[in-house]
Amino acid sequence: MKHLRLARLFLALCSISATAADETSIVLIDAPDRDFTTAHCAICHSLDYITMNAPVMDRARWRATVQKMIDRFGAPIEAKDVDRLVAYLSQHYVNRE
Amino acid sequence: MLTRRELMAASAAVLASSREALASEAGLVALPDKKPLIARSFRPPNFETPLADLRQPFTRNDAFFVRYHLPVIPEIDTSDWTLAIAGPGTERELTLSLRDLRRDFERVAIPAVNQCSGNRRGLFVPRVPGVQWEHGAMGHALWGGVRLADVLRRAGVRPDAVEVVFECADAGVLPQTPVYVKSLPIDRAVAESTLIAFEMNGKPLPHLHGAPARLVVPGWTATYWMKHLRTIRVVQQPFDGFWMKNAYRLPLGAFPGARFPSQDDASTTPITEILVNSIITSPAEGNRLRRSKPAEVRGWAWDGGSGIAAVDISVDRGQSWQPAKLDAEIGPFAWRGFRFRLDTRTAGTLEVMARATGRNGQRQPQALTVNAAGYHHNVPQVVKVEVA
Repeated sequence: MKHLRLARLFLALCSISATAADETSIVLIDAPDRDFTTAHCAICHSLDYITMNAPVMDRARWRATVQKMIDRFGAPIEAKDVDRLVAYLSQHYVNRE
Repeated sequence: MLTRRELMAASAAVLASSREALASEAGLVALPDKKPLIARSFRPPNFETPLADLRQPFTRNDAFFVRYHLPVIPEIDTSDWTLAIAGPGTERELTLSLRDLRRDFERVAIPAVNQCSGNRRGLFVPRVPGVQWEHGAMGHALWGGVRLADVLRRAGVRPDAVEVVFECADAGVLPQTPVYVKSLPIDRAVAESTLIAFEMNGKPLPHLHGAPARLVVPGWTATYWMKHLRTIRVVQQPFDGFWMKNAYRLPLGAFPGARFPSQDDASTTPITEILVNSIITSPAEGNRLRRSKPAEVRGWAWDGGSGIAAVDISVDRGQSWQPAKLDAEIGPFAWRGFRFRLDTRTAGTLEVMARATGRNGQRQPQALTVNAAGYHHNVPQVVKVEVA
């Protein structure tokens, strides 16, 4: 019973802090080109799109996704920067199962 | 084209107040006027209804899932909002205020399931990219408004009209991002049940659900339920836009449901009707049931409008099935309650499943039809409970 009460208290505290969350709570992994990637992706969408899809992604899918952002959604990403974005994303946000 | 400096400036605000968090764990977050929902993405906002909030017959407005494709969502002043009915397929153009809609047309209210095409995408095996929804990218509400057919009749639809195109007020950050525009085949647009809705569960349509008015297409997936309507255009040619030609498409012939022939290409077709489906709302996964104490399986079943003919329950992960008792039917597009008394006399694990069958004879399948975008997940859930 004590465990249950503690768990309930913990959950209540979690839900209070979670309610105050916004997209600034989502930060990409601190590694070279983190800010470069954030700068390009976060113009149009929050970074949870990256973290949410990580388990589904590999290098080829990241390349296709970055290209889709350019071709379909008009993302201002220059051709020379594509490799750098794909390198960061596929190093840190891919399926590791 | 933006310069590097502008790019950095654009994201400076995001970086400035950043703090570490469990980014991959979807948490509960409350948007304005909403109760805490499962946050899938912040911008554009994609928030899922927790399973526990799907237990009531009508999903509360403040618990209803939120789904946007684009992040710029204007707050529209209802008093100076107007809806334009136009396009080469009309006899005359109309401009209607919300007052005109309320005053000049017959009022209709329809109970209907509103379900995202990608509901349960996060449960696909193998996994597919996209918003990783579980069970709550859906809800059931009473939608109130006027028939689109009545409004179109006033504008006069030419006999050669092919599709009706719907434009909304929400947009992307960049002008080059394609705005969210969808079309319906003319026969679905003028169907009796297609509404321009301005009420949800008897209340004015909330901002995040499309205020002042949205399209309601009972039986079709939510991609067609356009929010913040601005313009309705009747056209004589198939609408050519990203959100019809490139998104929300299925392999041709892979699924049953209404056809949308003017938008078919050689290998794909637009998603249309909701497939027969069900959800177990109680017991919940991992619940412990007291031995020999009465316990009931409860949930909802729905389809694209043929109506639910039967729901069967299995407690042995689909090896054997028994019929559940169905609640009264309140409409063809509403979900229908089911209940089933569990045998709790023997201790052990129960793997509970529900399988719905529609009046059109279609039944929830045993296996997923894999498709690249992760649509139409209607495989029965498995809810494991312990009897002890």
